[in-house]
Amino acid sequence: MSKKSDLLPGTLDMLILKTLQRAPLHGYGIALSIKRSSDDVLTVEEGSLYPALQRLLVQGWVKAEWKMTETNRRARFYTLTAAGRKQLGIELSQFEQMIAAIGRVLQDTQEA
Amino acid sequence: MGQLNRFLKKLGMLFGRKRFHADLSEEMAFHREQAEKELIASGVTPEAAHYAAIRQFGNVTQLRERSHEVVKFKMETVVQDLRFALRQMRKNPGFAATAVLILALGMGASVAIFAFVDAALIKPLPYPNPNRLVAVTESVALFPRANLSYPDYVDWKRLNTVFSSMEVFTGTGYALTTPTGTEPVPGERVSAAFFQTLGIQPALGRNFRAGEDAAGAAPVVLLSYRTWQRRYGGRTDVIGQSVNLSGVAHTIVGVLPEDFQFALRDNAEFWETLQPARDCEKRRSCHNLLGLARLKDGVSVQTALANMQSIAKELENQYPDSNRGQGASVISLSEDIVGDIRPILRVLLGGAVLLLFIACVNVSSLLLVRAESRRREIAVRGALGASRARLSRQFVTEGLALVAVGTGLGLLLAYGTMKVLVGLISKDMMIGMPFLRGLGLNAHVVGFAMLLAVIAGALFSITPILHFRLSKMRDGLTEGARGSAGTLWRRMGANLVVIELATAVVLLTGAGLLGKSLYKLLHVDLGFQANHLATINVGLPDAVYSKDEQVVQFARNVVRQIESIPGVESAAITSTLPVSCNCNTDWVRFVGYPYNGVHNEVNERDVSANFFSTIHAKLLRGRYFNDANDGTKPMEIIVNETFARKYFPGEDAIGKRVGDGALTPKSIRQIVGVVADFRDAGLDQEQWPTEYYHFNQNTDTYFSMLVRTRQDPQTILQSLTAAIHQVSTQAAVEEGSTLTQHIDDSYTAYIHRSAAYLVGGFAALALVLGVVGLYGVIAYSVSQRTREIGVRMALGAQQRSVYQLVLKEAGRLIAVGLGVGLAGSVGAAMLMGKLLFGVQAWDAETLMGVALVLGLSAMAASYIPARRAASVNPTEALRAE
Repeated sequence: MSKKSDLLPGTLDMLILKTLQRAPLHGYGIALSIKRSSDDVLTVEEGSLYPALQRLLVQGWVKAEWKMTETNRRARFYTLTAAGRKQLGIELSQFEQMIAAIGRVLQDTQEA
Repeated sequence: MGQLNRFLKKLGMLFGRKRFHADLSEEMAFHREQAEKELIASGVTPEAAHYAAIRQFGNVTQLRERSHEVVKFKMETVVQDLRFALRQMRKNPGFAATAVLILALGMGASVAIFAFVDAALIKPLPYPNPNRLVAVTESVALFPRANLSYPDYVDWKRLNTVFSSMEVFTGTGYALTTPTGTEPVPGERVSAAFFQTLGIQPALGRNFRAGEDAAGAAPVVLLSYRTWQRRYGGRTDVIGQSVNLSGVAHTIVGVLPEDFQFALRDNAEFWETLQPARDCEKRRSCHNLLGLARLKDGVSVQTALANMQSIAKELENQYPDSNRGQGASVISLSEDIVGDIRPILRVLLGGAVLLLFIACVNVSSLLLVRAESRRREIAVRGALGASRARLSRQFVTEGLALVAVGTGLGLLLAYGTMKVLVGLISKDMMIGMPFLRGLGLNAHVVGFAMLLAVIAGALFSITPILHFRLSKMRDGLTEGARGSAGTLWRRMGANLVVIELATAVVLLTGAGLLGKSLYKLLHVDLGFQANHLATINVGLPDAVYSKDEQVVQFARNVVRQIESIPGVESAAITSTLPVSCNCNTDWVRFVGYPYNGVHNEVNERDVSANFFSTIHAKLLRGRYFNDANDGTKPMEIIVNETFARKYFPGEDAIGKRVGDGALTPKSIRQIVGVVADFRDAGLDQEQWPTEYYHFNQNTDTYFSMLVRTRQDPQTILQSLTAAIHQVSTQAAVEEGSTLTQHIDDSYTAYIHRSAAYLVGGFAALALVLGVVGLYGVIAYSVSQRTREIGVRMALGAQQRSVYQLVLKEAGRLIAVGLGVGLAGSVGAAMLMGKLLFGVQAWDAETLMGVALVLGLSAMAASYIPARRAASVNPTEALRAE
């Protein structure tokens, strides 16, 4: 289970929710989308993705349904729910606070 | 709401589990396909792309597990684990049974002992605020806790500043006339506020009122609950009725609660107010009372004692004649009641906890042995994707399942043990320990068991987890791991086993010696025939039978009446039953012999004419008494052989005359017969000289009857009571018994039996624990040396030499344990001193027996792992490298 690039702990849920905000996607699509939008920096491992999706399903933040892809292949598409949108907001603001805090710490260190 | 929602979703997934898994599989397959396509698009060959996608995806099973873990309930795996644990137990019943049994034994012993400790030490006094209650008595140099005299009590009560109330009580007995005849019943006299001080309200009727304990007040009485039920059928209209107690009419004013108990006098049936009417209660120098007081708030026992001592000092100055040297004693009531048994119980509890500790260590060692043999299974499960947490939980579940079964069984065992131990306590002793009556699995005891279970559970779950933490899981696949932890455990385990075995030897020897003592004691030569003898105690009211002739007449009639019962051979009377004690003694002097002023102390018994023939004693010289003789004839005595030999060595005792210390003419009596010694004293006491008076010439209104029967004496006890009441309805008759029962219940036999049973029980436990401990250590050692043994066998070692290898290791431990144990047990046996009867501390038979029992069972226990070692397949053992 070697990791190609570590996600910040706790950010996977947020990234998935954010990805789904644009459009409903299947698991593979989510992984691909995160990889592309981060310019290949962030790789979502399958081993983490599917447990995370189940977690989000149980929490009621996403819902899943089987649909056809453009290539006429059956796939399970995940859609953001209202609760999920709210949760995304909470996680984003928490994340921003965190980044800001880290930024301040780093700045202080440089000035010293 | 969120919680509920989540729960419902999970529930949906639990029931749609099949779908959940199907969805997940399909989803993952889709993922892999997409990845594969992408790779092909980027120019990789289809075949390489296929494998790359699978590789990238990783361990499918593990992934599925982890996804499942998100949605499943915790319970689900617990049930799964539990099922697995039970399957493991079934698959390996030897291990499961041994571990559960060991645990149950340890638990059973300590829980049972704790129940006693709980009853006796934690809640001995069933009264409100029991720690404010104190026992108050006088104190003299000879008796630190002497009785209290009534005038002193009145002064103490008036002058003290430390008690909110101070009361007195004293035992008494009544002759109670019942429809079936007169019965002796125990009673108690207490001052008026006695029950208020204890904090007890009658269940029915009212308490005593102030002033009802004044001289001349109308006599009132409270009934014990049992008496109310037994004698009055629990009728509520008893209140206000009159009851005749030894000829005095008392009014019943109330009934005490069912759960009321008073350890210092628990068998009292009637409780009356203590009116200072008796002669003794008018004199300051006559001490017949015990004091009970409740401390005022904030007053300590020490303060109270100081206060009472200064009052006693004042009284000493005021009444120097009667109160010289009369101090005071104040101790807590619980100290008074359970002070004696507290140290014994503490020692027992300590021993039991130690046993439990050893039991736990043994079970842990068994778990290690098993963990060792499951190393592979665990490694495989880990490789297949079970997380560490998941594996640990498996061990926890298994440990808890073990503890649950062990605890359940242990509680049952504890219950049985309690019943046996309570059964060992004689009726008389039980009266002094009413707090043991309700002994059982109450909340405290079960709570204690649960606490032990939690500790044991934690220990048993952590042991295997730690074991696998210490050894690298990956090594498990190669079966090659031999961590230093293993060696450490082996060394520690070996030392522990030696200690266990030595302890078992000491306890076994103790049990063997005590058992042999008990056997010797119960088979001591009594000098008469004890079987087929019934016995019953009779008391005559002194007021009615005031003249000797009346008693003699009653005695003759009652003997005749009883001898007319079918199956009775003969009946006799004695003042003290055989096999009782060197007691009821007399000081004698001999007419015509020089007297050096020393006390010649001899046992004195008053027996009817046919006493000796009834018990089948042996007449050596002279003759027995003639029933026709009585007080009008010259006094005669019969003496035993020891008497004759001690005081008339080399002479014929017949015709010699004996008198009291002053040779008062009235006291002179002539020896008419000499009987062979038989047991007047207790079983383990030395033979004393005894003189037997003719009952007709030395009457008593309280005596025992001895009846020789042709059939089982138990069967005629009923008709004995009836026959005595036929002669006089006023005779108070106690419950009958048989002489063998009397001997079995005697204090000596009781002490020896209790000691033998207790030590025997502990010894059995220690033996089982020691042997299992040995098995655990040897089996662990074999499991660690499988490879070595394989190599040896591959190099040509025979099975026999493998057996030798293992058994030699076990034999060394056994030999050391036995050696240390045997040396220790001789020392321990010396300490038992008086408890040994007719056996030496170094009794070879016992020591050899113990060595044999322990040696054989220990060898049997080590044979099992030895066989396992010998059946190691060398190819397999080596291939596992």
